[in-house]
Amino acid sequence: MSQHEAHGSVKAYVIGFLLSIVLTIIPLLLVLNHMLSKGWLVFAIMLMAVLQFIIQLVFFMHIREGEGPKYNVMALILGIVIVFTIVAGSMWIMSFNG
Amino acid sequence: MLESIKEFASTFFVTGDPLIYGADVSIALTSLAILFVLTYYKKWGWLWREWLTTVDHKKIGIMYLIASLLMLFRGGVDALLMRAQLALPGVEFLHAEHYNEIFTTHGTIMIFFMAMPMMFALFNIVVPLQIGARDVAYPFLNAVSFWLFMMGAMLFNISFVIGGSPNAGWLSYPPLSEMSHNPGPGQNFYIWGIQISGIGSLATGINFLVTILKMRAPGMKLMKMPLFSWSVLSSSIMIIFAFPILTVTLALLFIDRYFGAHFFTMTQGGNPMMYVNLIWMWGHPEVYILVIPAFGVFSEIVATFSKKRIFGYKSMVFSMMIISVMSFFTWVHHFFTMGAGADVNAFFAVSTMAIGIPTGVKIFNWLFTMFRGRIQMKTPMLWTIAFVPCFVIGGATGVMLAVAPADYQYHNSYFLIAHFHQVIIGGVVFGYLAGIYYWWPKMFGFSLNEKLGKWAFWFWNIGFYVCFMPQYALGFMGMTRRVYTYGWDLGWAPLNIISSIGALLMGIGFIFQVWQISYSIKHGERDKTGDPWNARTLEWSIPSPAPLYNFAIVPEVKGQDAWWIMKEEMKNGEEPKKAELEPIHMPKNSGIPFIMSVFWFIAGFGFTFTWTWMGVVGLIGVGLCLFARSFQYDTDYYIPVDEVKRTEASLGRVV
Ligand code: HEM
Ligand SMILES: [Cu+2]
Repeated sequence: MSQHEAHGSVKAYVIGFLLSIVLTIIPLLLVLNHMLSKGWLVFAIMLMAVLQFIIQLVFFMHIREGEGPKYNVMALILGIVIVFTIVAGSMWIMSFNG
Repeated sequence: MLESIKEFASTFFVTGDPLIYGADVSIALTSLAILFVLTYYKKWGWLWREWLTTVDHKKIGIMYLIASLLMLFRGGVDALLMRAQLALPGVEFLHAEHYNEIFTTHGTIMIFFMAMPMMFALFNIVVPLQIGARDVAYPFLNAVSFWLFMMGAMLFNISFVIGGSPNAGWLSYPPLSEMSHNPGPGQNFYIWGIQISGIGSLATGINFLVTILKMRAPGMKLMKMPLFSWSVLSSSIMIIFAFPILTVTLALLFIDRYFGAHFFTMTQGGNPMMYVNLIWMWGHPEVYILVIPAFGVFSEIVATFSKKRIFGYKSMVFSMMIISVMSFFTWVHHFFTMGAGADVNAFFAVSTMAIGIPTGVKIFNWLFTMFRGRIQMKTPMLWTIAFVPCFVIGGATGVMLAVAPADYQYHNSYFLIAHFHQVIIGGVVFGYLAGIYYWWPKMFGFSLNEKLGKWAFWFWNIGFYVCFMPQYALGFMGMTRRVYTYGWDLGWAPLNIISSIGALLMGIGFIFQVWQISYSIKHGERDKTGDPWNARTLEWSIPSPAPLYNFAIVPEVKGQDAWWIMKEEMKNGEEPKKAELEPIHMPKNSGIPFIMSVFWFIAGFGFTFTWTWMGVVGLIGVGLCLFARSFQYDTDYYIPVDEVKRTEASLGRVV
């Protein structure tokens, strides 16, 4: 193994933290102030969640760092595919044509 | 006081059945005998130092192997009991409730506590040696995995003398497995036994994925890695993504049972069908988790005993990796009859048939490898050759089941029972047995007797067909699975008695194997060369059994079949490059995996009997063990060069 890999900087952690907070507060405000219709509200919350997921990966889980083949990225993509299959597949199957 | 103790004991211990009392007595006697032998020969310290605390992958592999053979015995006895009950109409040997318990424990034990550990035995024994590594990536975690498996298996197995066995089938479908229908501890035993060992399985998957990706000897590019290691990689990927689904599903079931939630109940918005949907998202990948390593074993054996390089290496790799992803897209074929609609059924019927294609490719590759090879009919090769037709028939009946409309006829009949036993015995069990025969000399330093092995082989094989072929027909005649008795008027008697005779033949095959092992321990041919089969991969380049550190010098890999290439070079008179010995970095033994798993057992036992205090005590113990481990810094050491030299010299090797 080469030198110990960098573990991010304070700056990166602070940025990640702030972005996460903002992305948490937005849906909260949207819900508390009844700012959107139901469909859009759900969509907005989901969107913020996905964005925050990415922020966490980049700033805290160091998904871009490390050398050699990007096994962690591959595992993540496969994981997302499978989670999607579980959720969407269950919804499809359990709706019984309803 | 006395009254209340009596009262407690009569529900705590299973009573009323002479079979169970017999089991009680034999368990007590065996335990006493073990305690006596260990004490008399002063072996407690040895047991603790050499086995209970070991982090050596070879020893962990051997413990997995012993445990799985014991479980094969237990599951086999269950099978024989069922076949005795079904041999003729109206047999009064097992009553309905007892039969339910036995098919449940049989299925659960065979899959979770026989097949999985036998697979992990092969992972552990072979992978590090095959890729030129000195241990797995996380040796401590490896020991944790083993002991979690062991404690989970013990917890499940005591259920038939204490508290009562689960009886809701090997997948424990609700609502039968819910409190409403099954209030006793039986289903809790099922849940906790599997949960505890399941954590271990997940950790093993992670461990071997990292081992294979990170610890290969220099020069061993992925595309030069032996196919068994590839199969382990594929299987590990599936374990990592499938086992969490199982854990969550069983956790939800437990929350229903323990806290009165309604995920899968019949009332208050619960939906038992969701459980079926979820559990098969794990269940289908699970069958591929089991069979892919068997394919890996066959690939090694076919190449070795045909004295040829494997045919179609790249397509083998490709098909295994494709399967590891596609196996997540076929789960509905286990419940076509649930009525999800034509669109759903059509999709999953097609995906199921599609996954047959990469599997078929592999069959052709094995055949082409044998084609014009110099085939040696040693026992590992016999099992491999027997596997081919067996799996082809099993695959064909599988495709029949995959035709969704037709499955309305086959579903839950003996046709299904015959199909899955055919792929699981003909594929998984034959594969692992072949692997055990093949790597046995590497594990123990002596070969198993060929003659007894051939007897075992023929009993198993003939027994298999005699047992399961009639069941396909019985399925068509309307016999459904999980029935404990039937009448003369149905006309099922002749085929059933034949089937039971077949089961008996397989039982005799197993006895031959036990005989073979005990005979060979004394008289088996010692393996002085380290390479008794004239094989091709790195594990055969070192002495048998492998020394603690596996490789005195980490080998340099020049291509696929690295050891074969080295042998060719030596034949051509090329001197192997001399490398300087260096001190070898090794992990230290630790008692924590064992102790922590005992706490898991305590926790599981407590929650099983809804003794929350005990469950909590167990979990606190687990937490303390984790805590203690976090502050252990003295976890490794170096083997000095002198000692390596001495060991190698004593094994007849110069370095
Ligand atoms: C060695 C010979 C074996 C025999 C004679 C045998 C026999 C049986 C019988 C009679 C049943 C019950 C059928 C019913 O009443 O519905 C059964 C079920 C089952 N067997 Fe086997 N079996 C054998 C090996 C195995 C192996 C090696 C495995 C897996 C690795 C296995 C997995 C299962 C499973 C999962 C079930 C379903 C249990 C359930 O209905 O919940 N069996 N087997
Ligand atoms: Cu399946």
